[in-house]
Amino acid sequence: MSDPSKDTSVYYVPENGWHPIWVAVGVFLLVSGIGSWLNDLQAGVEPSRLILIIGGLILIATLWFWFARVIEENSAGLVNGQLKRSYVWGMSWFIFSEVMFFLAFFGALFYTRVLAVQWLGGEGEKAITGDYLWPDFVPSWPVVQNPDPLVFNNPGESMQAPAITEIGAWSAYLPLWNTIILLTSSFTVHFAHTAIKNRDRTKLNLWLAGTVVLGVVFLILQVEEYVHAYNELGLTLDSGIYGSTFFLLTGFHGFHVCLGTFILAVQLGRALKGHFEPHDCFGFEAASWYWHFVDVVWVCLFVFVYVV
Amino acid sequence: MNKNCLQRLAVGSIALVSGSAWADELNMPVGVTEISRKIYGLHMDIFMVCVVVGCIVFGAMAISIFLHRKSRGAVPATFHESTTLEIVWTLLPAIILVVMAVPATGVLVDIYDAGGEDMVVEIRGYQWKWQYKYLDDDYNRNFDFFSNMSTTQDEIHNVSVKDQNYLLDVDKPLVIPVNRKVRFLLTSEDVIHAWWVPDFGIKRDAVPGMVNELWTIVDQSGTYRGQCTELCGKDHGFMPVVVKVLPQDGYDAWYAAQVKTERARREALSKTFTADELMAEGQRVYDTFCVACHQANGKGLPPAFPGLAGSQVALGPVDAHIRMVYEGVPGTSMQAFGKQLDAAELAAVVHFERHSWGNNTDDVTQPKDVIALMEGQ
Amino acid sequence: MSEASHHHVPAVHDDHHHGPASGLTRWLFTTNHKDIGTLYLWFSFAMLLIGGTLALIIRAELFQPGLQFIEPEFFNQMTTNHGLIMVFGAIMPAFVGLANWLLPMMLGAPDMALPRMNNLSFWILPFAFSMMISTLFMEGGGPNFGWTFYAPLSTTYAPPSVTFFIFAVHMMGASSIMGSINIIATILNMRAPGMTLMRMPLFVWTWLITAYLLLAVMPVLAGVVTMMLFDIHFGTSFFNAAGGGDPVMFQHIFWFFGHPEVYIMILPAFGVVSQIIPTFSRKPLFGYDSMVYATSSIAFLSFIVWAHHMFTVGMPLAGQLFFMYATMLIAVPTGVKVFNWISTMWRGSMTFETPMLFSIAFVVLFTIGGFSGLMLAIAPADYQYHDTYFVVAHFHYVLVPGALFSIIAAVYYWLPKWCGRMYDERLGKIHFWLSFIGVNITFFPQHFSGLAGMPRRIPDYALQFADFNMISSIGAFVFGFSQLLFGYVLIKAIVSGRKATSRVWEGAHGLEWTLPSPAPYHSFTHPPKVVEAEAHS
Ligand code: HEA
Ligand code: HEA
Ligand code: HEC
Ligand code: CUA
Ligand SMILES: [Cu+2]
Repeated sequence: MSDPSKDTSVYYVPENGWHPIWVAVGVFLLVSGIGSWLNDLQAGVEPSRLILIIGGLILIATLWFWFARVIEENSAGLVNGQLKRSYVWGMSWFIFSEVMFFLAFFGALFYTRVLAVQWLGGEGEKAITGDYLWPDFVPSWPVVQNPDPLVFNNPGESMQAPAITEIGAWSAYLPLWNTIILLTSSFTVHFAHTAIKNRDRTKLNLWLAGTVVLGVVFLILQVEEYVHAYNELGLTLDSGIYGSTFFLLTGFHGFHVCLGTFILAVQLGRALKGHFEPHDCFGFEAASWYWHFVDVVWVCLFVFVYVV
Repeated sequence: MNKNCLQRLAVGSIALVSGSAWADELNMPVGVTEISRKIYGLHMDIFMVCVVVGCIVFGAMAISIFLHRKSRGAVPATFHESTTLEIVWTLLPAIILVVMAVPATGVLVDIYDAGGEDMVVEIRGYQWKWQYKYLDDDYNRNFDFFSNMSTTQDEIHNVSVKDQNYLLDVDKPLVIPVNRKVRFLLTSEDVIHAWWVPDFGIKRDAVPGMVNELWTIVDQSGTYRGQCTELCGKDHGFMPVVVKVLPQDGYDAWYAAQVKTERARREALSKTFTADELMAEGQRVYDTFCVACHQANGKGLPPAFPGLAGSQVALGPVDAHIRMVYEGVPGTSMQAFGKQLDAAELAAVVHFERHSWGNNTDDVTQPKDVIALMEGQ
Repeated sequence: MSEASHHHVPAVHDDHHHGPASGLTRWLFTTNHKDIGTLYLWFSFAMLLIGGTLALIIRAELFQPGLQFIEPEFFNQMTTNHGLIMVFGAIMPAFVGLANWLLPMMLGAPDMALPRMNNLSFWILPFAFSMMISTLFMEGGGPNFGWTFYAPLSTTYAPPSVTFFIFAVHMMGASSIMGSINIIATILNMRAPGMTLMRMPLFVWTWLITAYLLLAVMPVLAGVVTMMLFDIHFGTSFFNAAGGGDPVMFQHIFWFFGHPEVYIMILPAFGVVSQIIPTFSRKPLFGYDSMVYATSSIAFLSFIVWAHHMFTVGMPLAGQLFFMYATMLIAVPTGVKVFNWISTMWRGSMTFETPMLFSIAFVVLFTIGGFSGLMLAIAPADYQYHDTYFVVAHFHYVLVPGALFSIIAAVYYWLPKWCGRMYDERLGKIHFWLSFIGVNITFFPQHFSGLAGMPRRIPDYALQFADFNMISSIGAFVFGFSQLLFGYVLIKAIVSGRKATSRVWEGAHGLEWTLPSPAPYHSFTHPPKVVEAEAHS
């Protein structure tokens, strides 16, 4: 039992802590607040955001103290190899659950695209639906003419990628740039990891900062794209199934990029404070796995939402 | 509860197994179509498979519980695995299932064999009634009507004696001819409903915005009853399906009468009615479509359902009143009746509401007013 | 963060020796798997009573034809909340509670792998359920669209409280995901030396597989309720054909979650009876390996059968056939399990203490429920069964004398280990017989009313169904009130039961029985060395 990471005879069970239950309280208030806010909007009442904000603050503060505490325990040497492996399992399977979350939305995309829209347009096994109920609807993807344009406004244009041959159009195509940015950032975060392994502090800080910057740039471009969609293309959340799938898929992805960028920024802060050793950098690694995951999701998005 | 029903329960399972006459009240109906009989056959086959497997499994358990108990001095054996056994009891059920799957597949293929039909009827679900539209070969409407439950609120609230067809009776049933292939196009106006007649062996969901096809050939005339079987809101339990299957000549006579009514109805759209005619027709429409919420005395059930007696709308400008009924109020249970009533009916019901329960405006609402207003949009 | 605060971090060994904190904070702040397990179990019992009370309201209304006590609108809210509370509030948390109590003890570990997250997983639940139950008191009423909440009844036509229902589901999902991550990490990472995967007790195996199911499907549930939220509040058209969506798509996504969900409620039950039957047969579990493979096959198949809940929505023929075949296949691995249990009893030396009685009833009644499931799987026949009381009978047979009985059996079986005291065997047996008779009187007649054509989710019914409904309602009250007896037996045991030995049951095997009763606060502070014979029963 010389290798401490294999020693299972001592295991750190943290003593009682106030953090978890406050997270629960925070989450509860936050979602109650969001719920009543949404319902107020729906009912046309002046919405109150107070509960939402209190809940959010409690949640953020508690998480902050919680993670600080874990980091502290780690630097105090309380976390043995076995517990570290538990963290690794935990993070990996958390990412797996995120994959499944996105799968639900990809599933919706494929289902509507391959089945529902065809049927509504009088194609495929249930062609009778289109023939009988929606005689004017022509199936196509992206859907720019909705079955009932009086209920769901038609989007003016879609975000579809230009034809392969139109090099000029591609160079002005934001999603392509975003793809390049995110792919690059996967490399930079990897270089930062290598820098930790090589105990090269400067490079770590540089590559990590670079990754954060790329994340931010990605987000800015995505906001730019949304503004363009809403203002110029008439492509909105309520413009039928294309807008629905487009905004939910890219939106949830964007939300994950936000989180990922924030987590990386925290790691950058820690790096600047001198945290992370070659064999003791779980926080950094978790952040970077998360980042790679966000990246892979984007590649799927780029292929299935924009190009194909 | 009587003794009879306890007995029935006790004898029930045995009756099912032996397929005796007892089984009729306890079991799936055999039905009056080829498909329903095939389904019944499948049901009994798979049921018997389960009974036999059950006897073996529970029998073995019972023997072991009885013989291998400690109180009888049983000494535990030590065996704990046998690959042969595992393979056997993996393969045997698998084979049984394949044998079951073959006929099931056959029936399913038959059920999907629409086409070659003699007539087409569209069935549309509404909260909480059915609409039947008789279509011609190009899916144009010949005539249509709504089918509402006719059980009274008094029966439901135990005030009056329940009819033998309690909850299973409607004002106007669907009528189809015997021995003809009838194709149905099934859809819905609001939420998902499901149209089911057990004796035909058909059940299919009515999905808003989508069409499902089904068909049937009924080989015995009679009246068949079923219910909506997909939770569709408050009155899901009060949405019966009644189908009257008539011999061909009876059906033809019925059909001719419907076509005549329909012609009269279309003519009515351009007619001008007397106030009395409007009141009579209005009363009829009100009693079928509006009374559930606004009540017979016009007082409604506030706050959920406003009264119409003395209502601002019913006494105000007629255009707003028509529009209210035609378009409904989105987000409330006040539906857009423009989709369910024609101009003559709308005019009549609006006129009726403006001249009942003490309401007394000095206008007369005619079908052409409704048409003019709604086309002017 | 500051240097000074290091002093407050307890040293490694300190922590292993002290017992529970005192007072309320013990429960609020606890990181101990036993405390958290206890919380889960009591929470689930409370939910059983609430959900059961709703069921009794349903059964009271259905006692006779005609509307007696409640209005149709309220009836729908009762049905919906009964289903939701039982599934997410009673059964699932009970199994997580059992996992918390038992996994570390069975694996030779001091605690769960991620103790603080464990606390969070639990404490989210009371908040989630307060939110869900509070919807019943909101304007417009609570969820009234069935536990399967099909769109558009749950979107365009739903009461405003649906927003809170959605967030409540999100919170339950988060709790389950964290819980299952914790369980996976514990099983894969916290086993004592020598506890190889194929030496793990079956309860551990079934939970490992269940945790993967949870991890794969709870996020999908979160996804589908999120789409609902957007359809309701942001004008998207996922479930609206007018915008190119499809209401049936809701059902596909829901059942991709929903079907594995029903196995989430039964696999741990399989685990429980696989522990109990060998003990009271005094004979090792027959076919351990095949049990593991069968469980894995069931889990795998559960992902490709979801549309058997949708045979009547009008799928293309090919889909219909595929889902029918796949569903029928599940009978094979499940059969393997049943046959193995029976072979375990065969030529054993059986005694019939309360846990064994519940386990035997489980095997019989679950199998009956499985048979009716197999009948439902025959797609053409399902045209007649679908959405009738035949389905209600099917799933109550697998859920009540299935999942719920296994939980009750587990509580009787391990209670002496948990609190160091025996329950009253005579009362336990009375509880068993009342439950066994009650459950059959309640649910067996529902097969008949279903076949005769009674739809489910209706507050009132045609006259020909009257007799069976009356019998069923009487059974429900018998069964329901017997559960109060269960509560009494538990409390009596905890307060004044006879002291239990560490092995408790003559035939018990497994690491948990090597610990004293009650088990020490931190189960195995030093990992035991596991040898083949002691590993599992
Ligand atoms: C614990 C929960 C649980 C379990 C384990 C099961 C198990 C099974 N279920 Fe069930 N089911 C539900 C919970 C469960 N179900 C619920 C909650 C619903 C309703 C949801 C709703 O709509 O609200 C439902 C509904 C449901 C339907 C949809 C019905 C409808 O709405 O029309 C179908 C259809 O195929 C089905 C099938 C099956 C099958 C084939 C099994 C199989 O796993 C059963 C396998 C077991 C056996 C077969 C017995 C043992 C085997 C042998 C002894 C071997 C030899 C046997 C033979 C070869 C005969 N179930
Ligand atoms: C998961 C497990 C589970 C369990 C354990 C149960 C338990 C019971 N269920 Fe239910 N049930 C479901 C899951 C479950 N159910 C689901 C998923 C549905 C579908 C919902 C839907 O359609 O959407 C359903 C639907 C359902 C229906 C159909 C409703 C309808 O279609 O309209 C009925 C009707 O009889 C019913 C009855 C019962 C009864 C009598 C019990 C009994 O076993 C309950 C026993 C009672 C108790 C345990 C209560 C004890 C309490 C007291 C005695 C009172 C004491 C009071 C206080 C202390 C305050 N259930
Ligand atoms: C299922 C319930 C329901 C049915 C059936 C129904 N209504 Fe209504 N009706 C309502 C509700 C609810 C309102 C209030 C809408 C609102 O919030 O403004 C309403 C409002 C009205 C009003 C306006 C009253 C006022 O003073 O605001 C008129 C007029 C009316 N309905 C006429 C009809 C007619 C005519 C019919 C039948 C053809 C009918 N309603 C059927 C529920 C119903
Ligand atoms: Cu219509 Cu149920
Ligand atoms: Cu299922």
